[in-house]
Amino acid sequence: MKQYDVIVIGGGPAGLAAAISAYDNGCKDVLLIERDNRLGGILNQCIHNGFGLHTFKEELTGPEYADRFIREFHNRNIDHMTGTMVIEITPDKTVRAVNSTDGLIDIKAKAVILAMGCRERSRGQLSIPGSRPAGIFSAGTAQRLVNLEGQMPGRRVVILGSGDIGLIMARRMTLEGANVLAVVELMPYSGGLKRNIVQCLNDYGIPLYLSHTVINIEGNKRVTAVTVAEVDENRKPVAGTEVRYECDTLLLSCGLIPENELSSQLGTKLSRVTNGPVVDSSLETTIPGVFACGNVLHVHDLVDFVSEEAALAGKNAALYVQHLGTTNKELIPVTFSPEIRYTVPAFINMDSITGDIKVRYRVGNNYQNKKVLVTSGGKVLSQKVRRIMAPGEMEDVLIPADKLRSAGRIAEINIKVTDNG
Amino acid sequence: MSDKVYNTVIIGAGIVGCSVARFLSRYKGSFLVIDRDEDVCCATSKANSGIVHAGYDARNGTLMAKYNVMGSLMYPGLASELNFKFRTIGSIVLCLDESDRPRLEDLYNNGIKNGVAGLRIVERDELKELEPNVADEAVCALYAPTGAIVCPFDATFALAENAARNGVEFSFDTSATNIERDNGRWKITTTKGILFCDTIVNAAGCYSDVFHNMVSKDKINITARRGEYFLLDKTASGHVNHTVFRLPGKMGKGVLITPTVHGNTIVGPTAEDIDDKDDVSTTSAGLDKIRSQSSLSIRDLPMNMSITTFSGLRSHEDGHEFIIGEPQDAPGFYDCAGIESPGLSAAPAIGKDVSDMIASHLSLTEDPAFVPGREKPVDPLQLPADELKELLNTRPDYGRMVCRCEYITEGQIRDAIRRTPGARSIDGVKRRVRAGMGRCQGGFCSPTVMEIIADELGIGISEVTKMGSGSEIILGENKRL
Amino acid sequence: MDNRELTCICCPMGCQITVTMDDSGTVTSVTGNTCPRGDVYARKEVTSPTRVVTTTVRVTGSISGVRTVSCKTASDIPKDKIFDIISSLKDMTLSCPVCIGDVILEDAAGTGVPVIATSNAV
Repeated sequence: MKQYDVIVIGGGPAGLAAAISAYDNGCKDVLLIERDNRLGGILNQCIHNGFGLHTFKEELTGPEYADRFIREFHNRNIDHMTGTMVIEITPDKTVRAVNSTDGLIDIKAKAVILAMGCRERSRGQLSIPGSRPAGIFSAGTAQRLVNLEGQMPGRRVVILGSGDIGLIMARRMTLEGANVLAVVELMPYSGGLKRNIVQCLNDYGIPLYLSHTVINIEGNKRVTAVTVAEVDENRKPVAGTEVRYECDTLLLSCGLIPENELSSQLGTKLSRVTNGPVVDSSLETTIPGVFACGNVLHVHDLVDFVSEEAALAGKNAALYVQHLGTTNKELIPVTFSPEIRYTVPAFINMDSITGDIKVRYRVGNNYQNKKVLVTSGGKVLSQKVRRIMAPGEMEDVLIPADKLRSAGRIAEINIKVTDNG
Repeated sequence: MSDKVYNTVIIGAGIVGCSVARFLSRYKGSFLVIDRDEDVCCATSKANSGIVHAGYDARNGTLMAKYNVMGSLMYPGLASELNFKFRTIGSIVLCLDESDRPRLEDLYNNGIKNGVAGLRIVERDELKELEPNVADEAVCALYAPTGAIVCPFDATFALAENAARNGVEFSFDTSATNIERDNGRWKITTTKGILFCDTIVNAAGCYSDVFHNMVSKDKINITARRGEYFLLDKTASGHVNHTVFRLPGKMGKGVLITPTVHGNTIVGPTAEDIDDKDDVSTTSAGLDKIRSQSSLSIRDLPMNMSITTFSGLRSHEDGHEFIIGEPQDAPGFYDCAGIESPGLSAAPAIGKDVSDMIASHLSLTEDPAFVPGREKPVDPLQLPADELKELLNTRPDYGRMVCRCEYITEGQIRDAIRRTPGARSIDGVKRRVRAGMGRCQGGFCSPTVMEIIADELGIGISEVTKMGSGSEIILGENKRL
Repeated sequence: MDNRELTCICCPMGCQITVTMDDSGTVTSVTGNTCPRGDVYARKEVTSPTRVVTTTVRVTGSISGVRTVSCKTASDIPKDKIFDIISSLKDMTLSCPVCIGDVILEDAAGTGVPVIATSNAV
C-alpha cells in the first residue's frame, strides 16, 4: 500500500494552502487528492473580483487567487492526484479513492487534512412547494454554466436568497443579457456584503425584498412563474401579500452546507450548528491525526480566511507527524454567550500553544457597539470593541499565547458579548 | 411511423405497460409500446412509495387483492431474473389506540383470507424491538414479514429493457388522440401518425378512462389522486427498519414511513383528488400535513434531513378497483385501468395475466428465443479492485466520478444512455443510475451529465433537456441571449 | 441643489448616507456616515463612480476542454461604461493558449483601460 505522511482531501483553496503549509513546516511527504480534473476548486468559477485583499493586499478574481496558490503548490513539487474521488477514510487513516487510471486505490497516511468544501442547499431541502420543471438551479450551478460553459440557463430570473453567491449571480446574469426581476430574502437582513448589495443589485436597479420568500413554482416543462410573499416574524407567509412573477428561472442562494459525509463515516464528531467537525485549537478533529479546514469545517465569507485557517491545519498536521505518539492533549472548552452561535475551535489544546489563538465565530443577529470579552476564571485574556456584528460576517478574536500559557490550570475559556461603554 | 400492423400496441410505458410488454415478449408477435412522454417511467410509476405490499389490505375477493398477492409472490424471482433492486423488509401497521384493535384484527383476517403468509399481530414489547423509534402511543401492530420495497424506476426500466431485448418496440413523445375500429383492426391516431393493430393494452394511468371511453359504452371515470412525499437523506437511514403504516383511525389515515432500497427514507403520501391529471405540484399544506402526521407514528423522524419533496398521481377509479381485461363491447381492447395502490405490487401479475389473455385471443405461440433475464448494469465500486482496474483499460470512464453524492461514474451514465430504451434527458439518467438523485440534487453533477448526454446523442448542449422537449436547460449563449 | 441617497459599502454598518450637491455638481455636504471612510466613499460615488468589470470570453482550440476564459478590466472604469465593455466583447473568440494577464482588448470602450485574462486556457 502506498504511504504518505499527510494526505490532503480536496484541492480547493483550503486544500492547497494546507498542503503548502504542511510542506513548509517540514513535512515533505504530502499527497493532495482532488476530485475535479484541475486544482483550484470552486474559485475557478468565481470570476468576480474581491479575493485576496488580506492575503495579497490586492483585489484578485477567483481564478487569479487560485492560480497564485497553485503555482506555490507546484513550486514545491507536492504530489497530487486530480480526477480522483475519495470514497472512504478509515479511522486508521487509510484513504480509499477511485480514478480512471488506477481504479480503486488505498493509501495510508499518518495524518489526514479534510478540505472537501461545501455544497449548496437545494430546492428539495428548502421544501419550496410547486412543480418541478427545468429552470430551478442553485446559484453555484448557474455560475458554473455561465462562467465556465458560457451558457445562459435563464432569461427572466428570480433569485431566492441574498447570500453573496446570489447577489454576484444577479449581476452576472444581468451583464450576460438576462433580466433579473428580483432578489428575495427570507430573513429581515441580507447575508451578503453591503458592497455586493450596492454593486450587484443597486447598480442594475434589481430590487431586494427582505422578509419575503418564494411560496410557489409554476410550469410543467420549464418554470413559467414563481409566487413571492412576505413572511411574518416566524418566517410564515402572510396571506394577501403574494406577488406573481412570470419568469423562466429561479436561482437559489440559500446557504451552504459543509460536505462531511466522509467525515461522519470516519466517525469524527460533527457540530450541529456548523455541520462541520468539532475541532480543537490545532484544528484537529475528534479523531487523532485528522484535521479540518476551510468550508468543510465551517462556511467562510472570505477565501483569505480559508487560506489562513488551512495553513494552520497544515502546520499542525506536520507537527502531529513529527511528534507522532509523543503528544499529550489537554482540552478545555470554549464557552460563549447567547449572541454567539458557535466558535471554531470548540476547544483549546493547552498542550499545544504554538502561537496566539484565533477563535472565529458568528453571531445570530445584528449587534451594534459591543465589546467582546475573552475571560478565564474571571481573568480577562483579551477584548475587542465591535461597532457592528452581523450574522453574515464571520468574526474573530485573538487570544494571546502568553496569556494562555500563564493562565495556569483553567477549566474553560469564555467569550462574552457585552455592551460597550 | 411505419405501415406495419402490430399484434399489440400498449399505450403507456409505466410499470404496468412495461410489464405487459415484457410478458408479451415471451410470445412471437409484433408489439409496440407508445408513451406521450420522452421516456419510460415518467408519470405514476416514477412518483410513489416504492412498496410491494404483502396483500392484507385489499378487500378479499377484489382484483386488487388477487393481483396484489400474486404480484408480491412474483417479485423476488423477477427481481433476480431482471436484476433490479428489491428487498423484503416486512411491513407494520400500527394501532395507536386500544379501541382500534378490532379493526386491526379485521385487517389480519382479511390478509389471512387473501392468503398472505406469516401475518401476525405483535404486542407493544415486540413492536418496540422491531421498530425502536415507534411512537409511545402504539399499542400493537399487524406485522407482515413478506412486505417488501422495490426501486420503481429500476423495476420499470428492467421490464422495458428486457421487453426491448426480446423485440418489443418503443415509441416515445407519442400521444394517442383517437382509437377506433377499422376493418376488423384497431386504428390509433397518434401525434406521430396512424397505427394499426389487432389488440390494444390501455395502461395509460390517469388517462386510462379517456381511452376506455373511446371504445366502450360502459363508461369509467378516473380521478387523479395526488400524493406528496418527502425523501430523506441516507444519513437518516436506520431510523425505521420496516415499512410503517398506521391503521386509519380518529387521526385520519396517516402517512407511511419506509426505508427505500437505496437507503433513503420516504415519508408520505397525502391523498388529494385533483382535477388536473398532470398536476404534480407539491403544496405547503400537503407538506405540512406529512410533517405533522409522520410524528404520530415514529418519534424524532429527522424531517430536516429532507433532500427533496415530490408528488405523484394515483389513478383512482370511482369503484376503487382495478379494471383489467376486455370491456364486453370492445374485444381486443385490454384495460389495465384504475391502477392505484397496490398497483406497483400488482404490476407483474397484471402483466402476466393480460399478456396471456392476448396470447390466447391472438393464438400467439411461445418464442423459443425469449431471453428472460437482464444483465446487471455495471457498478464499478461493487467490482473487486483488480477487476475494475482491468475494466478501466477499455472503459476508463468507469473510474471518473461524476455524481459525488451517489458515487456514479461517467461510464454508468454513458451506459444509461446506451441502453434500449436509453436515457435521453437529465431525468432519464437520474432515474436509471441515480446521478443527481442524492443530497445535492444534481447541483454539482448536472452540467457534466449534460455534456455526456450531448456527446452520446450527438446534440448541442443547448438541446439537452431535463425531461424532454420544452425542458431545455440552456436558453442561449452569454451576451447573445 | 441635488440630494443623493447612498448605502455605504465600506463596512457591514451600511450607513445610509445623504450627499448634497449644488447646481454645478460640487458636493456641499455629506451626512449619515459614521466614519471618515464613508465621507470619502460618498464623494467619489456621486462624482465619478467606477467599477471593475469581470466577464467571460469564448475560446477555441482548448485541448483541456476549456470553453471560456474569464477576464477583467485591468483597473476600475467609469460605471456608465459597463455595458459598452460587455458589448465590445460580445463577438470576440480567442484562440488557445490564453494566460492570466494576457491583454485581450487594448482599450475597453474608449476608457483607455485594457481588458485582461484572469484564467488560463490551454
